[in-house]
Amino acid sequence: MKKMTGAQAIIECLKKENVDVVFGYPGGAVLTLYDELYLSDFPHVLPRHEQGAVHAADGYARSTGKVGVCIATSGPGATNLITGIATAYMDSIPLVLITGQVALSLLGRDSFQEADIRGITTPITKHNFLIKDVKDIPKAMKAAFYIARSGRPGPVLIDVPKNIFAEELAFEYPECIQIRGYKPIVEGDKAVIDAVCNELQSAKKPLFFIGGGVNLSDTSALMRDLVAYTGVPTVSSLMGLGSISSNDPHFFGMIGMHGSYAGNMATTETDLLVGIGARFDDRVTGKLEEFAPKAKVIHFDIDPAEINKNVRSYIRVIADLKWSLAELANKIKERPSEAWQKQFMPWHHQLVAWQKEHPLAYSRQTNRILPQAAIEKISELTQGNAIVVTDVGQNQMWTAQFYSFKNPRSLLTSGGLGTMGYGLPSALGAQVGNKHKKVVCICGDGGFMMNCQELMTIADLNLPVKIIILNNQSLGMVAQWQRAFYSGHYAHSNMATKADFVAISTAMGVPAIRLEHKDELDTVLREVMNSEGPCLVDIRIPEEEDVLPMVPAGSGLHKMIMGDWQ
Amino acid sequence: MKHTLAVLTENKPGVLTHISGLISRRDFNIESITAGYTEESDMTRITIVVDADDEYELEQVVNQLSKLIDVIKIIDLTGQDRVHRELAMIKVKALPANRAEIVNLVEIFRAHIVDVSKETMIIELTGEEDKIEAICELLNDYGIIEIVRTGKIAICRGPKAAKDV
Repeated sequence: MKKMTGAQAIIECLKKENVDVVFGYPGGAVLTLYDELYLSDFPHVLPRHEQGAVHAADGYARSTGKVGVCIATSGPGATNLITGIATAYMDSIPLVLITGQVALSLLGRDSFQEADIRGITTPITKHNFLIKDVKDIPKAMKAAFYIARSGRPGPVLIDVPKNIFAEELAFEYPECIQIRGYKPIVEGDKAVIDAVCNELQSAKKPLFFIGGGVNLSDTSALMRDLVAYTGVPTVSSLMGLGSISSNDPHFFGMIGMHGSYAGNMATTETDLLVGIGARFDDRVTGKLEEFAPKAKVIHFDIDPAEINKNVRSYIRVIADLKWSLAELANKIKERPSEAWQKQFMPWHHQLVAWQKEHPLAYSRQTNRILPQAAIEKISELTQGNAIVVTDVGQNQMWTAQFYSFKNPRSLLTSGGLGTMGYGLPSALGAQVGNKHKKVVCICGDGGFMMNCQELMTIADLNLPVKIIILNNQSLGMVAQWQRAFYSGHYAHSNMATKADFVAISTAMGVPAIRLEHKDELDTVLREVMNSEGPCLVDIRIPEEEDVLPMVPAGSGLHKMIMGDWQ
Repeated sequence: MKHTLAVLTENKPGVLTHISGLISRRDFNIESITAGYTEESDMTRITIVVDADDEYELEQVVNQLSKLIDVIKIIDLTGQDRVHRELAMIKVKALPANRAEIVNLVEIFRAHIVDVSKETMIIELTGEEDKIEAICELLNDYGIIEIVRTGKIAICRGPKAAKDV
């Protein structure tokens, strides 16, 4: 067994886990580890804020399907990770976070840069460790990666006291790991799959409702096959977008607060709602009592705790979607495709009629650039093949509504926590993980400001991220709610100082351009999308443009506010 | 309805905090929670009495707790043939004139007097919740100074250990 220091052991573990890059920020407690990163020339990305590091690791993980790794120092370094950890936890993103801690001899004495990061992150991590003995490093690292990526994925934190990095151990990496209290479910019950198939066979108006789990489990192909074979109309949550092509004739868009009319009406009318890797978040369900009121609910999920948490299910399928969707496909294929298609044809026609009646659309009667038009243009120019990263707010919802996603893992967005400032650093991480893919970051001006320091990182690495700011010079979604529900009182939703984003971006090393005129939309965006290297486009959009349709919080999904043109 | 859960966990620092934190965060109603070592030194047994509105809420409590990596197993002891106990120590005013009466009471309840001073006694009692409530009510007449209770622990009758159920 090889003798090495704790710091060397950590790097050795990263190599064993095939980690090809870490995102991190140095500081006192992790200097020994950083020295080893230096000596071993381990690939490392330095964002300008620890929050940037963790969102970047998150964007890397979401887009590649690998575990994102992030390093921060103790105390403030570690606490700066919190928002990013909570973001990843809510969306089930696999991360391993290595934080430095004060030396063991100083632990618990309110020492310089000490924070109880285990205690702080307990509610927002899948698991966390404090290493008290250098010998525990290999086992803890193995366990951390295993826990982060298996079952329902999530962030795992390892807190390492400063002295432990320097102490020696005889290194041996465990081949496999047994954790008594952790037995992720893989295979489910075949009888339950039969029952699901029977329900489908007797349903008149079934609806597949796809959640982020399909993207996370890489079962998009299985899902597409299932939809194509049966012709069951399909909708998705925000997190499920991309797992089925937005242009699929059986796909009727996102449901929920800013869902499509067809999707929300279908949810209200369906007699069999099949939730697949979805957790029935309140942004999806609206008022629970009025959610899918006519439906039996079937729930596919890897996490038993999701069953009956928000919506009561009639049949539960607890297993990895890789297993359950494959089993379901086998069962369903015992009956010819034509028979299934014929069975659901009238229902399909109903959804198509709803879609024609109230399409996702916007008023084109303006000389200004409308955000929806900008998104449609980006969608057209990238042919739906980009990795699209959004921030949070109107920009996020317009992207969800008007970008035509073709591929799984192609929308990276903070769905559960709704973290403003997520977009830019996450796009950075996605580009690091996907050198040859086009990464487009769509932000509002508010969220962009929250982590705009990461422009420097993008410039440093010359990452060809295309950053689009839909700039309404306000907190658009907040203002929209204030217009709708607070008598138009714009309480602090206007950005009084109109920042010059082109100057900010240029100052930080990213070329930028302002786009104000409608007739320049095509040429400028075309040029930017085809350019090499990074670029920022500050698009001035009207301040009072709303995201519609909209279901007011706490209402039933069928009670939608539509635009006049919809 | 009240449910008694036996939660077997890794014997590690922070596990009880994690469990109680999860419970409070999810807004479940806990009646009592007790923890201690078991016959296996690396395992802790936490007994939780939870008041669940319905089976769905109980299912959520169990499923959410089960998600914790350090939780090895959860067994719902409710409805099973079991023995449950709580320990209480009660410091009561015991002036010479009342002492004989209190000693009588203690005997009836099969409790013990574990300390006597000039004016007070400490009474130790194990039993089901009702029994402890009953003695407290009677001792109230003499003036209770202090009560300390452990919360409930429970064990199934029969040859099997809960972990093997």
